[in-house]
Amino acid sequence: MSASAEIQLIAVVVAVTCALPGVFLVLQRMSMMSDAISHAILPGIVIAFFITGDLSSPWIILGAAAGGLLTVALVELLRKTGLLKEDAAIGIVFPALFSVGVILIAQYAGDVHLDIDAVLLGELAFAPFDRIMVGGIDIGPRALVVMGVILAINLGFISVFFKELKLISFDRALAGALGFAPALLHYVLMGLVSVTAVGAFDAVGSILVVALMVAPPASAYLLTDGLKPMVVVSVLIGAASAISGYWLAHWLDASIAGAMASMTGVLFLTILITAPHRGLWSVRKRRSNQKLQFGRKMLVIHLYNHEGLPEAQQECRMDHLEDHLRWDHTFATRAIRSSLQNDYIKQQGPLLILTELGRDLARTSLVEF
Amino acid sequence: MIDLFSDLFNDYTLRTVALGSALLGITAGSLGGFALLRRQSLLGDAISHAALPGIAIAFLITGSKAPLVLILGAGIAGWIGAALISIVTTRTRIKYDSALGIMLSVFFGFGLVLLTYIQRQPDANQAGLNSFLFGQAAALVEQDVFVIFVIGTLVLLFMMVFWKEFKLLSFDSDFIGTLGFPVRLLDHLLTTLFVIAIVIGLQTVGVVLMSAMIIAPGAAARQWTDRLGRMIILAGIFGAISGVGGAITSSLIPALPTGPTIVLIVSIIVMISLLFAPNRGLVFRKIRDWQAGKRLRVDAVLVDLYTLASQHASAEYPHSERVLDVMSTISGPARRTLKVLNDLELAKPIDSTHWSLTPEGVLRAERVIERQFGGGS
Repeated sequence: MSASAEIQLIAVVVAVTCALPGVFLVLQRMSMMSDAISHAILPGIVIAFFITGDLSSPWIILGAAAGGLLTVALVELLRKTGLLKEDAAIGIVFPALFSVGVILIAQYAGDVHLDIDAVLLGELAFAPFDRIMVGGIDIGPRALVVMGVILAINLGFISVFFKELKLISFDRALAGALGFAPALLHYVLMGLVSVTAVGAFDAVGSILVVALMVAPPASAYLLTDGLKPMVVVSVLIGAASAISGYWLAHWLDASIAGAMASMTGVLFLTILITAPHRGLWSVRKRRSNQKLQFGRKMLVIHLYNHEGLPEAQQECRMDHLEDHLRWDHTFATRAIRSSLQNDYIKQQGPLLILTELGRDLARTSLVEF
Repeated sequence: MIDLFSDLFNDYTLRTVALGSALLGITAGSLGGFALLRRQSLLGDAISHAALPGIAIAFLITGSKAPLVLILGAGIAGWIGAALISIVTTRTRIKYDSALGIMLSVFFGFGLVLLTYIQRQPDANQAGLNSFLFGQAAALVEQDVFVIFVIGTLVLLFMMVFWKEFKLLSFDSDFIGTLGFPVRLLDHLLTTLFVIAIVIGLQTVGVVLMSAMIIAPGAAARQWTDRLGRMIILAGIFGAISGVGGAITSSLIPALPTGPTIVLIVSIIVMISLLFAPNRGLVFRKIRDWQAGKRLRVDAVLVDLYTLASQHASAEYPHSERVLDVMSTISGPARRTLKVLNDLELAKPIDSTHWSLTPEGVLRAERVIERQFGGGS
């Protein structure tokens, strides 16, 4: 396999691995925990590195996961004191842990391959050169193997505990009442987030972890209503961001991780604007339609109230409607045009006259009101 | 110590770094206090990350690394990020935390693309842009400090001019709307000041750690007082202390980066505040709980003695400890509490195991019963 294809494969695997736990973070309103954890794993990595002296040791992953769980536990501890809100607790814990990691590196690891730029930013372009050999046979790039294993763990956990995860995401209290141990599941999920973050940090850096965990699920949230479709769509969006990000970086000769994060943003923005029912565009259109519909009803009711009365000559003049209904000119014109098109009213010189259809609408609307 | 002070006044680098860190500590701490109250603590994190592409674009357009140019670029990008978060959360079903996460990571990723793109341009004079990631306080020069000073002062001035409005906005934004204040305009103004307070700190503390400078001083100050004015002033002081403390510590110890040191100091201040602040602090709370427990135990045993005695002719009729042990709702033996009662002269020992109420004890027991059962006894 060529280096280019391998990088794309790694990118897709990372994106899919991140999107799976990300769905539950987004649904449980804990997206920022991915930010906190992906930063706070640093001291865990550094300490495990000092102990083992080997960056590719599996202890690094465990150390980092411990760092992640420490963050979760500390945030929970601070929140439980009642002195700080959860967001403030998150915002205090992870910079502190990250600072410890940075200081440890600066103090003791000046001359080894462990720099903060790499942790934060990652460099996917070098991933194919770091390969795992077993008995002299090349199995594949290390990042691919590691992320493949983590992907399998995530997939296994989510398919086995799908029902439980669904329950704690949508009704935590019920889950607790039914005896599903939401706190335990919460910690397992956070453990998975930590392991995923540390597996990904080497290849893509911690910030991309946040992008891949939050943006694709949030995009899918705008498109779907079921949990299963949301998971599938998140995975697809993640994979699409990975591949398009690779080619963007290739074209600009820039950071692959950064380009992938940018592409999750581009896809999110596109879906944000165009999503059916929930996108900005269709929300805007629906609101404007509702306003117009309301305007038509107001108009026919107004005409109905004054129909056949002497003041109708004044009240039902087209150019006086703006005053009577307190509409601005553009909206009045739109409401009249729309009512004419719907055959609710007819134009008779300067006056507007109700049709039978319009009279019906006025009557039913008055009953509604 | 004397050396340190003379260094602080004479050593150009240390003086500049300490002054710059102190100034941005004051600004970020004060504005962060409002963010804490409005539950927007993590907005600072999102804004500081979102500022990165602004720095890169400002450099790409002007080719200049003048602090004002980069701060302006950072400010615009940070402000756009904040505006997008507000649009996404108000108009769609995406929640606040997801919006923060997306803007933070996507803007930062885009900034990274631009930075690596700039780096690979031939003869681009980009050295130093990377310092915005983790901050490089040691590279501060007088010009930077001057810029921080002027902008920081302006931000604080605005904050004081709109003090009343921001106070209302932070505590009851619906109420301030009914009073006829332009809520959205004030919200935008406060967010703008917030963005400015963040971007002036980026060069010193860095994008990643700036959020701590925003959140931590306010969170610490909140524990010491219930008044907004005092809290904001205290937050500014805490910010300044950690700024200066971080600058000095990192100058004393070799290879100690300034930004993370500042963050650690401010984290320690938070920890001390959570533990030892009067009223809210955990230690004080424990002491108060303990005292309340003691008072409850005293009252319980007093009432028990009184209830027993009321079966007899005299309210001061003695009873044995064993009966009180069994009768009492309190945990543990009654003897300890009886000794406290003796010290207070509310009860006295008749022999080694029997106790009776004193006349004052009877009065006190009647008061307690009256308070607990609303009279009648």
